[in-house]
Amino acid sequence: MINSTLSELARALAQKSISSVELAELFLGRARRFDAELNAFITIDSDATLAQARDADAKIARGEAQPLTGIPIALKDIFCAKGWLTTCGSKILHNFVAPYDAHVVEKLAAAGAVNLGKTNLDEFAMGSSTENSFFGPTRNPWDVAAVPGGSSGGSAAAVAARIAPAALGTDTGGSVRQPAALCGVSGLKPTYGLVSRYGMVAYASSLDQCGPLAKSAHDLALLMNVLAGFDARDSTSLERPVEDYTRNLDRSISGLCIGLPKEYFAEGLASDVGRSVENALTELKKLGCTTVEVTLPNTGLSVPAYYVLAPAEASSNLARYDGSRYGHRAAEYSDLREMYMKSRAEGFGAEVKRRILVGTYVLSHGYYDAYYLQAQKIRRLIAQDFAEAFKTCDLILGPTSPTVAFDLGAKTADPVQMYLDDIYTISVNLAGLPGMSIPCGFGDKQRPVGLQIIGNYFDEARMLNLAHQFQTSTDWHLRMPKLAEDDRTQAA
Amino acid sequence: MSLSENDVRRIANLARLDVTESEVQDVLAQLQNIFSLIEQLQSVDTRGVEPMSHGQDVGLRLRDDRVTETDQRSLFQSIAPQVEAGLYLVPKVLE
Repeated sequence: MINSTLSELARALAQKSISSVELAELFLGRARRFDAELNAFITIDSDATLAQARDADAKIARGEAQPLTGIPIALKDIFCAKGWLTTCGSKILHNFVAPYDAHVVEKLAAAGAVNLGKTNLDEFAMGSSTENSFFGPTRNPWDVAAVPGGSSGGSAAAVAARIAPAALGTDTGGSVRQPAALCGVSGLKPTYGLVSRYGMVAYASSLDQCGPLAKSAHDLALLMNVLAGFDARDSTSLERPVEDYTRNLDRSISGLCIGLPKEYFAEGLASDVGRSVENALTELKKLGCTTVEVTLPNTGLSVPAYYVLAPAEASSNLARYDGSRYGHRAAEYSDLREMYMKSRAEGFGAEVKRRILVGTYVLSHGYYDAYYLQAQKIRRLIAQDFAEAFKTCDLILGPTSPTVAFDLGAKTADPVQMYLDDIYTISVNLAGLPGMSIPCGFGDKQRPVGLQIIGNYFDEARMLNLAHQFQTSTDWHLRMPKLAEDDRTQAA
Repeated sequence: MSLSENDVRRIANLARLDVTESEVQDVLAQLQNIFSLIEQLQSVDTRGVEPMSHGQDVGLRLRDDRVTETDQRSLFQSIAPQVEAGLYLVPKVLE
């Protein structure tokens, strides 16, 4: 049951071989069982989860089941869910109970999915290792000495350890794809604007996008069918006709042209990751794909441009946490200014503070043109690189991350070194393109390797097609960490 | 470029983020490290390039000017640090 796809779970529910309540209990049991080792969750609320599961069972009994009805899905703790603690991994929101549902939480609930709990993350989604959480780091189910990646590390670890059949994450510079790669699961960052950001706590609004993590491309397609769609409450939500993301899954990929950016296979790519990616390309060629070299000459500028734009937006977005209306307020202060200064200094962690300060600086008087405007111009150049590349290929493939998961603590001393690891994912957010990561092998220390698939705008169905065909002829996505095979469930 | 300790104090104040005197040097070193990365952007020739502010070049939508929100004050204030008579309480700003 724990390794079942979403469709298999839906079938079991339809045939009444298991109820939604039983499914919820199974996965809640696993969430508790593995929590001491992995710390994948910030909040588990069995009562709330089981109440939703009972509703789902009633819906199924009435014959009103939809594809996700009765299936438990974990949420990164950055999505507001009414009545649930929503912390963003931050002390400043340690006591924030969301008074409303995010758009995607509403959509999942309307589809009958069950909220399994809120997963750990880098504070306000700022990080690539889930070590920057006020609630402690999450560990990688493949090797608990390693990080799960980030910032959606709790969601990726939960799916990898078969604690959650699927989970939601957010991706601002790679935060769905990189943890998916490092944990050996599948993850998709949709085209910017496809999924509403309403109720998803903002980090860098022009880059943030919600994306699902699951065990397979087929599962991601089912999730996208629920998540995507126009929402007037997000001013950047796009008005587009509804799509069925499963429609092309079974198509042959023979004749599909894959672009390989030479900058993604250059210095800096670890040889174990490179090998697995090459093997995946060989497999795809067997399936009839052709490859062509493309160039994304401004790739090297993507990380510095991101570290101007994202902190600038963050410094503005995070100005709202001031201890006035919700969240942490300092115990002692003499005036309003000191209340702000102390509440924020006590409430934010070191990485969030760094980004707020960088963002404040680049937006401050006299520096705006030199930094912020210049970075926005470079963002245009990066988007143009992709537009040029897509003239000669259908999809762009490469590694998701230059290395497999690193050990906890290995990169905390030098944040910039950690930033540079997002070199293959960040430019996709800057351009607003869709990107995904699927498992394609194992590297050093038997840690998973991710294959990144980048599509043109709104080309998710084609990306999912390629991923599904790859997963039909390989079994990397079915591999499960040893830890997850431990099927003992215990009542907490 | 070179950031100074005074820059750190200035931006910490603008960001309303208390940075104590004992932290200033440390924060300065961290920011210098980040700016050494960012500085690469300065050498790029971007003359004639239109800045890109969003993933999608679309204009903001307009909507009808009508009431769409309902009053949820008591719900929202139930999680506030301090409220009185339907108002959020903060230290006095006017004498």
